[in-house]
Amino acid sequence: MEKSPNQITDDLLRPLLQTSPRFFMAVALLGALVVAAFGAFFYQAYSGIGVSGLRWPVFWGFYITNFVFWIGISHAGTLISAILRLANATWRRPVTRCAEVITVFALSIGALFPVIHLGRPWLAFWLIPYPSERTIWPNFRSPLVWDFFAINTYLIGSVAFLTLPIIPDWATVRDKADGWRKRIYTILALGWRGTPKQWHRLESAMHIMAIAIIPVAVSVHSIVSWDFAMANVPMWHSTIFAPYFVAGAIFSGIAGLIIAMAFLRKFLHLEDYLRPIHFENLGKLLLMMSLLWFYFVFSERLTTWYGNEPSEMAVFWSTQSGAYAPLFWTMVFCNFLLPFPILAIKKLRTITGTVIASLGVVVGMWLERFLIIVPSLARKYLPYSWGSYSPTWVEITITVGTFAGMALLYLLFSKAVPIISIWEFKLGQHKKAEAAPVVEAKPVVAEQG
Amino acid sequence: METRPKHKWGMIVDLDRCTGCEACVVACHAENNIATVGEEEAAKGRAKHWMRVERYYEGEFPDVKVKFVPVFCQQCDAAPCEPVCPTYASYHTEEGLNGQVYNRCIGTRYCANACPYTVRFFNFFNPIWEKPFHLQLNPDVSVREVGVMEKCTFCVQRIKAAEIQAQAEKRDLKDGEFQTACAQACPAKALVFGDLNDPESEVSRLTASNRGTKLLEDLGTLPSVTYLQRDSWHDGKKS
Repeated sequence: MEKSPNQITDDLLRPLLQTSPRFFMAVALLGALVVAAFGAFFYQAYSGIGVSGLRWPVFWGFYITNFVFWIGISHAGTLISAILRLANATWRRPVTRCAEVITVFALSIGALFPVIHLGRPWLAFWLIPYPSERTIWPNFRSPLVWDFFAINTYLIGSVAFLTLPIIPDWATVRDKADGWRKRIYTILALGWRGTPKQWHRLESAMHIMAIAIIPVAVSVHSIVSWDFAMANVPMWHSTIFAPYFVAGAIFSGIAGLIIAMAFLRKFLHLEDYLRPIHFENLGKLLLMMSLLWFYFVFSERLTTWYGNEPSEMAVFWSTQSGAYAPLFWTMVFCNFLLPFPILAIKKLRTITGTVIASLGVVVGMWLERFLIIVPSLARKYLPYSWGSYSPTWVEITITVGTFAGMALLYLLFSKAVPIISIWEFKLGQHKKAEAAPVVEAKPVVAEQG
Repeated sequence: METRPKHKWGMIVDLDRCTGCEACVVACHAENNIATVGEEEAAKGRAKHWMRVERYYEGEFPDVKVKFVPVFCQQCDAAPCEPVCPTYASYHTEEGLNGQVYNRCIGTRYCANACPYTVRFFNFFNPIWEKPFHLQLNPDVSVREVGVMEKCTFCVQRIKAAEIQAQAEKRDLKDGEFQTACAQACPAKALVFGDLNDPESEVSRLTASNRGTKLLEDLGTLPSVTYLQRDSWHDGKKS
């Protein structure tokens, strides 16, 4: 059931050129949730951070959990897409852009949280090293400053990584559209004509970016983990944190990607493009990451327990059998016990199966971040200072708002940009057609991808 | 060669003398303009006590012994709170104090997490002084606004005032010329403040006592505060 190139173009451009009332309803609903979140944030900035549930000694709560969670989700995209590109996995073609978009939006949302959680958010710009009459620079010894640079580097890199392969598609839209759309896409297409020279440059740029973005992505989540691991807090001060966080990020990222793809497939009618094979392959990746996650948690817990250091054991037991145990075991269920059988049994590794597993992983990984942050702060060294934490409506509204914001941005993006890379998809088909029958001797054109 | 700072401020907490009366807590609140937060907020755990008296109970009822441990910023030489601050709001002063620049604080609260003694306090709301209590504010101490971190300063305003006075009179500071508010208020003389660089000072003498330990010493934070107690491991007695 190969489609003709024109058919492909029409299919993939349809969301851009036609809009159903359902779209506006979804935008209104998600928009309302985002507005509510902004309202909650401004209320908090006006009244003081005390309207949240944060307190002594748990100074970090939902906001930092969300921060780590969204930065983790952002690893879906660029990293996975870069690895698949470099590994030349041919099945990747319809998947890469969906993934790269997640990176850009999840990163933007995640980067908001350190600001949302500040006591004085209007002064966040003090993290920027700008020359001032006071000649004070940010403190480069602080992991938060490393974060600032790492996240901005990753954001710039992933925007470039996302935008580069869109250029030919924007040119396609420009050629198909008319009116105001044509004017906008003419600008966006940056004068793309599809000359061999342009293709060559695009390919070089993509190759460089795919290689460069991998160490950036790894460094970002390592540095996020060092926000915790650098502090001498029980169960935070651990050498395992950087790889543990990177693995967790990729784990939750793949899950986020599977969920997003399932939505796209259903609502944009992309059944012929996002096929079961894509879900199955991503499901296998998710299975591997689930095992890796379990291995990390097991290693962390085993060494802590065996070491039997009193301050760490206080945190350890509060998560294994104390106040946080229900959340801990829910996490183990969501991240391992639920997805493992679904993804390991071929029969269950269907679209529905992988989506269920992914939903579990997203919930589980959110809980994991919460369980890393809160129990340690609630059980610091001096038992007198032990405390607890529960969020208020402010944190909950803002958290819900970011999920709605993610969906909203994704929805709007899929209206502005073909969510499946048209030229890459066609190129894939072309190459497949070339490879299958050995009738023709040699590829003639189009080795430009 | 870097010149050694003239003073190194330190404190003694004699646990054998502390009666747990909390006069130090009250004195600290009055001296340092520490706002009370009200019943509800305090119940949430948002009370700000730069100086607190921790109570630990030993033994089973009715044979219970209470131990009082006054805890406040230990003014560590290797302070975990300092390097983590992204804006240098929390920094090391030349005299070895852990400074906190309220105006520079943006409220990441990282320092409070990193502090193993949990002696840093956050202004979750703007402080309120109901009339006429606003008239009792200490003019030497800045009032902190919402969103910034605060903590014990070793009464840096008193240190500075005494230093400037001595400098103006072209003389050295005398031991006991001034004290922190808590030490001044302590009726049992469990708290002693002074210059550790002065070998003759009372605080230096007591710091060398074989009853001395540091709080959470094994974390390597090098506190400037020494706790004295008879049953410490120094003299090998069982506690």
